[in-house]
Amino acid sequence: MKRFSQLAIPYVVWVILMILLPMLLILFYAFTTQGNEIINFTFTFDHFIRFFTDHDFLLILWRSLVIAFKTTVICVLLGYPIAYFIARSSDRVRNILVLAITLPTWINMLVRTYSWIGLLSEGGILQNLFGLQDTELLYTEGAVLLGMVYNFIPFMILQINTSLCKMDSSLLEASADLGANKLQTFLRVTFPLSLSGVISGIALVFLPAVSSFFIPKLLGGGQFFLIGNVIENQFITVGEWNFGSAISMIMAVIMMLCMYLIRRVDEHNNGGRQKKA
Amino acid sequence: MKKEKRIFGKVLMVLSLLFFYVPILYMIVFSFNSGRSLTNFEGFSLRWYEHMLQNRDMMESLYTTITIALLATVVSTILGTISAIGLSKSRKFLQKIILQLNDFPIMNPEIVTAIGFMLLFITFHVEKGYMTMLLAHIAFCTPYVILSVMPKIRSLDPNLADAAMDLGATPWQALIKVLVPQIMPGIVSGALIAFTMSFDDFIISYFVTGGGVKNLSIMVYTMSKRINPSINAISTLVVVLITVVLVIINVVPMIKERREKKHEKIIG
Repeated sequence: MKRFSQLAIPYVVWVILMILLPMLLILFYAFTTQGNEIINFTFTFDHFIRFFTDHDFLLILWRSLVIAFKTTVICVLLGYPIAYFIARSSDRVRNILVLAITLPTWINMLVRTYSWIGLLSEGGILQNLFGLQDTELLYTEGAVLLGMVYNFIPFMILQINTSLCKMDSSLLEASADLGANKLQTFLRVTFPLSLSGVISGIALVFLPAVSSFFIPKLLGGGQFFLIGNVIENQFITVGEWNFGSAISMIMAVIMMLCMYLIRRVDEHNNGGRQKKA
Repeated sequence: MKKEKRIFGKVLMVLSLLFFYVPILYMIVFSFNSGRSLTNFEGFSLRWYEHMLQNRDMMESLYTTITIALLATVVSTILGTISAIGLSKSRKFLQKIILQLNDFPIMNPEIVTAIGFMLLFITFHVEKGYMTMLLAHIAFCTPYVILSVMPKIRSLDPNLADAAMDLGATPWQALIKVLVPQIMPGIVSGALIAFTMSFDDFIISYFVTGGGVKNLSIMVYTMSKRINPSINAISTLVVVLITVVLVIINVVPMIKERREKKHEKIIG
């Protein structure tokens, strides 16, 4: 039996080389001076200072957080009713709907984002349909927001739907028996119990939205820069890997902080409920 | 009241399905447009598909996407399965650390994983191209395979392999003839996740490629800057390919199940 444990050895080596080492390299580049020779280097905080003293970078970071926040709010507000309806359907309909929502998530995100260009472009269907001939739709913040909601809302719907389906339906009956009306039951029983789904949905929408870079590029037309675009630029166009690594580190830390806060809210919520019970 | 609610729900569902599928259908329809426009449908033609087939870059990117997806799936499935079996028998401490690290590429924002790989290849002067893309794909697919195989192994009787060997099986036979068949569903779903992840990947491929090697996603990204309806054609191809794979995934188990049930009936 023990000898099977040796089967893990290749992967231990692989993990160190292909997962741990790349992460350490990002750290290393973020804290060292220009120059890509690992033999000659000096430690520095310059890249971080440069980022946090530059008004433009801070603005872009703020903009990325704001648009990710907006995306998340829209996804919750739209996704919840959709998930609620799916969860209340009969088994057969529910399975079909879940598949219909899941299918787009398996299709290439880039292609799905690209598919909006034709719809949004000048003289396109959307302008004519809503009488917006004079309003530019493509290459605006609204288009970027739309692209993000489009790409990420399935994750929200699926998470909320799962948590709603897991809920014991006898709780609803109990609530009704105890004299609560439908709204009260929803607000005091259904919604609190589905909150864990909402929270994991928020994590699945907010985090990729903050770091996304091809959605603003394709639908924002390069005029709407987000933090992901800055990172892409530093690595692909400018070639300042050290600065790019520092920005990615800043972004990763902010995301971890957000995750931590989201988890805290979740724990707080669970704790409160247990105490009441 | 109740009826109203139902109607509201139905309208909402129809609208959301339209929201999800109209853009994709629109793109597919316009891939058959005879004109250049993305807004006026001028007539049916296969012009852009011809254009796509004649474009060497596009055909090469199709080849790259498919071969990398297949190779990455095979390697990551084998590596992931073997590693998951090995890890389940390793010391708890090692197992915990490796599984934690294994979660990194899944939890991290993709762009961070991508620049990690890029820095790795740059630092060690590995020339970026097909091989680096393949390596990166194996690296981000394997964690998903492990994640889907691990629970299956945990649900097995830990003495299963011992029992097989007591009955005279060599360790290799115990592994291939006893353990692997038991965890097959986990392996298959891991392989499918790996294939679709690799096939659809853009961000990681974009950062680790070089020397003009492109997959379909990179192709769409670099070409989308100006209007070129053959992107619609190639995108349609991507959608159709992945839908076919998904249909096979969903339909084959159903057919198999039906056949098995039939067998049961015949035998029983």
